Amino acid sequence: MSLLRVEGLGKKFGGVNAVEDLSFEIPPGEVYSIIGPNGAGKTSLLNLLTGVYKPSSGRIMLQEHDLTGHPPYAYARQGIARTFQNLQVFFNMSALENVMVGRYMHERCGLMSALLRLPRQARADRACREEAAELMRYVGLQAYLSSAADAMPYGALKRLEIARALATRPKLMLLDEPAAGLNPTEALELDDLIGRLTERGVTVVLVEHNMRLVMGVSDHILVLDYGRKLAEGPAQEVRNNPKVIEAYLGSAVSSETSYREEIAQVVAVAVEMHR
Amino acid sequence: MSPQFVQYLLTGLTVGAIYALVALGFSIIFNASHVINFAQGEFVMIGGMATVSLVAVGLPYLLAIPLAIATAALVGLALEKFAVEPARDASVVTLIIITIGASMFLRGLAMLVWDKNLHALKPITGDKPIAIAGATILPQSVWVLGVTLAIVVALSWFFGRTLLGKAMLATSHNRLAAQLVGINVRMVLFLSFGLSAALGAIAGILIAPITTTSYDVGVMLGLKGFAAAILGGLGSGIGAVIGGLVLGIVETMSAGYLSSAYKDAIAFVIILVVLFFLPSGLFGKRGGERV
Amino acid sequence: MLAHLASPRTGGLLALAAVIALLPLVLRNSYFYDVAVLVGLNAIVCIGLNLLIGYAGQISLGHAGFFGLGAYGSAILASRYGWPPLAALLATTFAVALLAFIVGRPILRLRGHYLAMATLGLGVIIFMVISTEDKFTGGPDGISVVPFRIGGFVLQGERIWYWVVGALLLVAVWLALNLIESPTGRALRALHSSEVGAEVVGINAAEHKLMVFVISAVFASVAGSLGAHYSGFVTPAKVAFLHSIELVTMVVFGGLASTFGAVVGAAVLTTLPQLLATFEDYEMMVFGAVMIGTMIFLPRGVVPSLARLFRSHRSADADNKANKA
Ligand SMILES: Nc1ncnc2c1ncn2[C@@H]1O[C@H](COP(=O)(O)OP(=O)(O)O)[C@@H](O)[C@H]1O
Ligand SMILES: [Mg+2]
Repeated sequence: MSLLRVEGLGKKFGGVNAVEDLSFEIPPGEVYSIIGPNGAGKTSLLNLLTGVYKPSSGRIMLQEHDLTGHPPYAYARQGIARTFQNLQVFFNMSALENVMVGRYMHERCGLMSALLRLPRQARADRACREEAAELMRYVGLQAYLSSAADAMPYGALKRLEIARALATRPKLMLLDEPAAGLNPTEALELDDLIGRLTERGVTVVLVEHNMRLVMGVSDHILVLDYGRKLAEGPAQEVRNNPKVIEAYLGSAVSSETSYREEIAQVVAVAVEMHR
Repeated sequence: MSPQFVQYLLTGLTVGAIYALVALGFSIIFNASHVINFAQGEFVMIGGMATVSLVAVGLPYLLAIPLAIATAALVGLALEKFAVEPARDASVVTLIIITIGASMFLRGLAMLVWDKNLHALKPITGDKPIAIAGATILPQSVWVLGVTLAIVVALSWFFGRTLLGKAMLATSHNRLAAQLVGINVRMVLFLSFGLSAALGAIAGILIAPITTTSYDVGVMLGLKGFAAAILGGLGSGIGAVIGGLVLGIVETMSAGYLSSAYKDAIAFVIILVVLFFLPSGLFGKRGGERV
Repeated sequence: MLAHLASPRTGGLLALAAVIALLPLVLRNSYFYDVAVLVGLNAIVCIGLNLLIGYAGQISLGHAGFFGLGAYGSAILASRYGWPPLAALLATTFAVALLAFIVGRPILRLRGHYLAMATLGLGVIIFMVISTEDKFTGGPDGISVVPFRIGGFVLQGERIWYWVVGALLLVAVWLALNLIESPTGRALRALHSSEVGAEVVGINAAEHKLMVFVISAVFASVAGSLGAHYSGFVTPAKVAFLHSIELVTMVVFGGLASTFGAVVGAAVLTTLPQLLATFEDYEMMVFGAVMIGTMIFLPRGVVPSLARLFRSHRSADADNKANKA
């Protein structure tokens, strides 16, 4: 059975269809990538899948739950977590506290217990702190355990968002361009991190322009163009799909299997040009 | 339409025109800087009080009024230079506190320079009421309406046709882009304070013969002007004018037909009700933020 | 253990307790005690207001309204209807919390300047009602209030009130510090910085804003009730827009998102007008100038700015030592 099912999903902004009549399913345990030129509607789709935008049409089902129209926190409570293309770090807090906020759903306490800081509360708080520190080490942020969020470099902030999302203990994690703005070394480390996420049993949705990363880690790929599905399927297939190649290059290129790397690179270049 | 209704309408329009002028001041500064200038009411006070003292030393209106407007404009420019400019990058709350501090400073100063008494100003052209449809209107009210109309026309010409006006408008839409095409956004901010102050002063001079003036008239007029600007939708010029007129009329009507004790509260009740349904006012920019 | 004492929580609470305990050594007469009591009451309001503005990032320009409702609620119930003051206080607090809960939901959907306008409007409406309904409130002249008594014990005189308000201030600080360090407090700080960031980790932002709005209204209301009994008299001036502004100014002056900042802000800005009272005519001007000056030169407020200075000194010291070693 699929983990997430989307049926006829659409989102309009005035006259613009950011997402249009989109249906797909995400099987559990996979890395499901979404690619497409800038403005294709990838971020809008993630916003729909986390309740940040309310769909104009269609349905979103997580396992048996129909989440359509629910607020973002309801999506989070059903196990969907995400990172943002435009960072949404809590800059007024320390890095560790950012991750601790991610633990909110599992730490939540009554107002009285918070105001009076009952011993139970104090204990839970210490445990939360340790767990958050653990997650920071997990994503490679051990150097920033006592940093303020607003004193961290960009690459570290992107990992911080991943740690915060992980702290919610998600079933499904949506990453919006995690490699954008990273240097090549940092980007390479992402492959490994995404791999470890799936080992943890987290299903990953990856929106990314870095084709090396996408081709390296994806099981399935969804190609978006002007909010619509251009192609979808196992990574292997999509990579060789003439429609995809055509859309990216503007002209037909004969598809031979030995192309792989080359096409991936050309696609990446084309995507860059679309920006 | 009963004569009484017409009477309330005329009075409401007069009051509303004043609110509109103050609201325009709020909007102009907001557009240039995203600052809500809580000292806007003090410009109204300075306009009225300065005219009172200039007339008292024997100047004719033709000299006193431009001088009073210039005084207020200078104060506005000084406010921008010495209080707002140094804190340009501060948070919204900080800027709110600064302009509130400025308003207290100016009010305190006015109390020293002038006094705590109420002052009347002679109407510009006599005080014999003019009859319209069973109701009457003061010549001064005609002045209020006429001058407001003229200002609205002049402003739309200024923002639509002149280079400086367009530069100010561009800055309000996208500060960075404006800067990139070579607009001096700091100058725009500076001038917007002068222009707003002048508008406030005109409002203060126009209303003084009808309601009298004193060192603290700015408090309520400032709040009402802010309410009108919010009602219309912050940053929208047409919104400010309509917000002001709506506020003036509804306020006068409800004072007349319902309860005069709650006249001043009405404006705020309307605001709360409108914001409840339209969280960015009547003509404000809609749409959520992007992530 | 020592580190524990030096933490802002415990260390700060101990320091505040010490100040409250030792202050009477320099309070020479009942006028000084009077100012100290006023400082304490304002500080309690500011601690609550800071939770709302400083931590959750939601401005309110109408909190004098809640303060006033507390004061008038207690005054009317205890003095007009003869309720026991404690019962009057509790009933009033409950009513104010309920009001905040009801109006908070639609108001807190607004943002930025629109929220400022709405809270300002709420405050002005409360003010108008209080100064107009003179049958209950005495109108602009105000209303006198019976002293606070519990059982047979009557709270009267500045000195007794000093200790009562001092103790309550400590409790208020303690509650605020606890809240901020809890998951709820972290949620508040998070939504201040990024509402969607908070929501996608499962935080219901609207509910949290409402909660902190109600808490801050309760702090203001309780301080209002106590203040009414203490001074024996309330006038609408305590409910006016200007008083709301004073309260926000205290919070910002002391330092947004700093509980001890709220206390310091209340202390300085409550005492300042007393010092200026001799130059009555200049009071408003100087107060305004101080507001502008602080915001320009200490935009983060007094306590955070000083703390930062202190920290950088300390780390400079540490560097020096390290270099020598
Ligand atoms: N909040 C919004 N308001 C108006 N238009 C939007 C909004 N969010 C996205 N869009 C529009 O939807 C389209 C898709 O944008 P987006 O989802 O950000 O694309 P991508 O992430 O693939 O680059 C664009 O045309 C964009 O302008
Ligand atoms: Mg995007």
